[in-house]
Order: sequence, then C-alpha cells, then structure tokens
Amino acid sequence: MTSILTVRNLYASYRSLAVLSDVSIDVPQGGMTALLGANGAGKTTLLRAISQVMVRATGEITFDGRRIDGQPCDAIARAGIAHVPDGRGTFTELTVEENLCLGAISRRDKAAWQQDMVRMYDYFPRLHAYRRKPAGLMSGGEQQMLAIARALMLSPRMLMLDEPSFGLAPMIVRQIFDILRQINTERQLSILLVEQNASLALELATNAYVLESGRVTISGPANVLRGDERVRRAYLGQPEETAHA
Amino acid sequence: MHELLHQISTGIVNGCIYAMLALALVVVYRSTHHVNFAQGEMAMFSTYIAAILIGANVPYAVAFLACVLFAFVSGALVERVVMRPLHHAPVLSVVTVFVALYVIVQSAAGLVFGYETRSFPSPFDALGTGGILAGHEVGILLTTVGVLAAMTAFFRFTRLGLAMRAVAVQPLSSQLVGIRVSRLLMLSWGIAGAVGAIAGMLAAPIVFLDPHMMSGIMIYAFAAAIVGGIDSPVGAVVGGILLGVFENLAGAYLVGTELKLTLALVAMIAVLIVKPQGLFGSRSAQRL
Repeated sequence: MTSILTVRNLYASYRSLAVLSDVSIDVPQGGMTALLGANGAGKTTLLRAISQVMVRATGEITFDGRRIDGQPCDAIARAGIAHVPDGRGTFTELTVEENLCLGAISRRDKAAWQQDMVRMYDYFPRLHAYRRKPAGLMSGGEQQMLAIARALMLSPRMLMLDEPSFGLAPMIVRQIFDILRQINTERQLSILLVEQNASLALELATNAYVLESGRVTISGPANVLRGDERVRRAYLGQPEETAHA
Repeated sequence: MHELLHQISTGIVNGCIYAMLALALVVVYRSTHHVNFAQGEMAMFSTYIAAILIGANVPYAVAFLACVLFAFVSGALVERVVMRPLHHAPVLSVVTVFVALYVIVQSAAGLVFGYETRSFPSPFDALGTGGILAGHEVGILLTTVGVLAAMTAFFRFTRLGLAMRAVAVQPLSSQLVGIRVSRLLMLSWGIAGAVGAIAGMLAAPIVFLDPHMMSGIMIYAFAAAIVGGIDSPVGAVVGGILLGVFENLAGAYLVGTELKLTLALVAMIAVLIVKPQGLFGSRSAQRL
C-alpha cells in the first residue's frame, strides 16, 4: 500500500527539551494509523511536528509525494493536512457556522464548500441546531464534533486527530468513532489518530505505532498489535487473558 | 437650554474624532494585543500628505484617497518591518518601540513639514444649516457613522473579516485552518492606519495642522478605547462619544476648560474600578 505521509528520522523539541528522537512512521493512503503510548510519550508532539506548530522539528516529512518539513503551519494545512489539536482549538466566541466557514477559509470553490457544510450538518445534526450560537456554549462532545467537522471543511487529504475521546462519555465516543470510520471508508480519507483508548483505536486502525519516551518501540498492522503481549499488558489492560486461555 | 444642547452636540462631535482614533487602536489591539501609542502620530503624518496635495490644488477627494492609501501602506509597512521581528519580544520591549515610534514620527513630521501651524480645509462647509452644528461637525458625524458601519459590515459579512476575528481570538487554530496570520496582521495595521488618517483629516480643520496636533486627541482616544473595552469596536465609539460629551459638560459647568482633561481621565479610572474590562470589553482580554 502506498503511503500518503512518511516521516523519517524526526527529532523534535520544545526550546531545549527534546521530546522525539529518530521517529519514523508511515500513514497508508486511505488508511487509519493509530499512535499509542502513555502520557508524555510524545504523541501530541509528533502531530505538532508534522503541522509545524509550537515545536521545533528536524527530519524528513513527505506528504503526498512532496517534502513539507520546514514549511509554515498554514501552508501545511493548505497542502491538505487537517489537524484537530488537543483541546480542540474551537473558536468559542464565534458561531458554529462561522467555525465551519473558517475550516473552509482557504478554499476558493464556494459551491463545493457550502455543500460540504450541509454534509457536516448531516454527519452531526447537533451542530445544525447550534449553528447560529457561539460554539463555546456547546458540550464537550459537541465541540469535539465541531472540531472534526471544521477540519473536514478544509477538504483535507489527511486528518490528524489528537485524542478525540478525551473527557467524553462512552456513548459520545462511540458516535464520534462511527462517523470517523464512515468518513475513512466512504471518502478514502487517510487518518492519523492519537488515542488513549488503545482497544478502540486498534479496533479501527489499519496500522499502529507505540511511542515510549519519544521513540517508536512497537509498530505493525493493528491486528498484530492487538495480539502483542507487550501491547496487551501495557495498553489494553488484559494481562491475564492468555494465562487463563 | 440652548447652551446645554450646544455643549452636548459639540461633545458628541469631538467624541467622534476620539472614537475614530480609538477604533484604530482597537483594530491593532484585537490582532496583536498591543496598543499602538504612535497611532495618532502616524495619522498626523498622513494628514500632512493630504495638506500638501490640497496645497498643490489637487481636489479634496483625491487628496483624501491618497492620504488614506498612504496611511494604509505605511501602517502595513510598520508592521512588516518593525513589529514582525518583535513578535516574540517581551511586552515592555514592544511598548518601548511604540514610544520610540511616537517620537520618531513626530520629529520626522517636524523636520519634513516644519513646525508652524497650518490651517486645513473641510469639505463639509456646505452641510451647515445654521442649526446647532456647523457644516464640518455634521460631516464628522456622518463620516464616523459611515466608517463604523463599513467596519462592522467588513468584520461581520466578509470572509476576510471573519478570518481577522478568528486570528484575534485563536491565532493557533487560525493557522491550522490555513490562514496566513502574518498577512492579516499587516492588513490590521493597514486598516488601523487608514482609519486613523481619516480621524486626522477630520480633526485638522478644528485643531489645525501641526506635528503635535494628535497628541491630546491620542490621550482621549486611548481613554475611550479603554473605557469602551479595548477589544470592542462598538465600545471604542461609545467610549469616545461618552468621553467627548463628559469632557464638554465638565469643562462648561464643573471645572473649566483647564481641568477638563484631568476630569475625563478621573472618569476613566472610575469606570475601570467598577468594570475592569471596560463597558463592552470581553473578560478574556483581561487574562494577560
């Protein structure tokens, strides 16, 4: 399978604090790649390094056949990478509709992005109910939906999600992941997913990487990682299962 | 009674000039979280451009457009050349640069145009109806309403205006949706410069043109922007007009003209004690 994103030998740091060292990952075209790991392992930093936001990074990043490392953050977004940051980055004072318009702000195809807006309201009907209200009035789950919808309004080639399930009720998480699965399969949209909930992520993903202290320690197809003893013990919380079987 | 009406109406007119300059301050503040102390001086310099063109028998409308264009371009250039390299500088460094700009622009105007006071024409003399307001004062009112309406429409109904509001509240997310933030900062400075220049051209027929013409107005505009809430365009206009009226009434009935500026500033402090974020300001602007 060809890769839409390849990262090679990436090092990243905040000021003098090194966070990632020698990280290499691939996101397959049309696939979903999960990044697993404990808090502070560098998952969020990896997404930021790809987007060139808030972090200093060196290494080779190729997206869609073109080198993007060293480009400014806004150019990377316009190249087709939509990043839903941790904390969602909602424009809370602006209305839901304005948030969606901002997602499409770099697009010139007015008819097409207005059609996309209608599609977002189909995916997430709650957003339609709030469309003229400030986005900050919505619940956490609704704001996460808005953040994903805003990112999709860019009409991206790849979506990067930073812990979309964080702080949400299981039912809402299920709803959001159903939509993500739908978008991933229907539109062949590649997704790079950072997720604390490893079992959920491995259920959806095609391949996965485990980050520990800023390095990739385990990687492979998601179904292989699901059976990996180290992954089970550390991230799936099922150490006893093989013993009893 | 007529005297009172007169004081109130000229207060409103003066307030419109403060409001317009305050509006320029708000535009820069919203995108950069800095108050450009040199805004008034930049406006004064642009007004000289208009004065020279008018002196050379260029029609007022053409001189007006040239002045606004000059102010727009020079505002954007100051952002690009002076402010952008200071993007991550400590606040005090930026404040120092603003104060320096204030002095430099004022001296440059004195050097280039001279220090003698000049008169400046008003295009609105025909609007005088013999009522309470003179023609130029009616023109000031109309222009202020027009500029405020145009800016409100720009921010509310255009995609560029939406992008500028987005940058004001969430610069990081703005970059993530592909907005070229640095270009918008230049644009903010350009718009602020243009609005400031309009304020300068409206003020010049009243206070006369000289390198110090905007110094007093700038203090009022600063106070107006703070009273209104430094991140609110509507607040800037309401603050400016309130201050203008208050100043006139205080000058006429309470303390005399010598102390009216002092009293206006006392009023500003009083408002801030009761409502620290200003009348229309948002609380989030207070986090800094």
